[in-house]
Amino acid sequence: MTLIERLEAARRAGDHQAFVDVVPYARFLGLSVGKVGDELITTMRYADHLVGNPALPALHGGTLGALLESAAIFELLWRAETIVLPKTITLTVDYLRSGATVDTHARGIVTRHGRRVTNVRMEAWQADRGAPVATAHAIFLVMRG
Amino acid sequence: MPDGDEREQLKLRLVRGFISNIPHNRALGTEIVELAPGEAVLRLPYDEKLVGNPDSGVIHGGAITALLDGASGAAVFTALPGLVPIATLDLRIDYLRPAEVGRPVTARATCYKVTRNVAFTRAVAFHEDPADPIAHSVGTFMVSTKPGAPPAAARP
Repeated sequence: MTLIERLEAARRAGDHQAFVDVVPYARFLGLSVGKVGDELITTMRYADHLVGNPALPALHGGTLGALLESAAIFELLWRAETIVLPKTITLTVDYLRSGATVDTHARGIVTRHGRRVTNVRMEAWQADRGAPVATAHAIFLVMRG
Repeated sequence: MPDGDEREQLKLRLVRGFISNIPHNRALGTEIVELAPGEAVLRLPYDEKLVGNPDSGVIHGGAITALLDGASGAAVFTALPGLVPIATLDLRIDYLRPAEVGRPVTARATCYKVTRNVAFTRAVAFHEDPADPIAHSVGTFMVSTKPGAPPAAARP
């Protein structure tokens, strides 16, 4: 099976974790995916190799960007918005607080469903969802079935 | 007293030491290619753990994001008089084409403006030729996150 076929099978089976398990980079970041209520939440488990500033210490900004981008892609796959793997056209991340050395959660919200282009905004938070560490928006090239 | 050029070299050595000790850079395998005042060139070797699409073997956009973020931050450090705390405010990345399988990705970042509080960067990621880019980014950074801190304190 191709990647997109495996992802579609995982989606039908409700096996969201499979979204992560088939992507080496998602495993490298220590991501996990699960439904909480009707939301799909992506979690980046804290590990020392994610640190970008050992003096504070704080997470590397790139890991937060990657978490946010991944959360958006998982959201698009879960909602079956595309029959190809979404291609990121542009990603903009606002860093609001330094990322503490704890688990970080993220979700994506689709703001526009296009036939070829989809817009998603994302947020990442740690202990307090009301105080996000980063927000982002991204535009993806997709293909609707 | 070291002259201006010696001070500059000392600062670049401090920046090099700081960047090469960042745990996530080590995990990614990031190499420092070149540091100069206001400029940083980092290289990300191809590695299977960075793959985003196992069918094609192309690395994940997130790894490019981390490389561009790291190079941009490094360029800000080299543009400042000393190792002062900085924090990324925002980073926008345009993905222009997929990276090619098995090839390292190089990011060249420039800090093209520093004001009292904010530094502005642009960066490009490519294989061999910056004119054939994989991704392009612009970023802003807050300079000295601790209000009232001496601006050129030799601490990260």
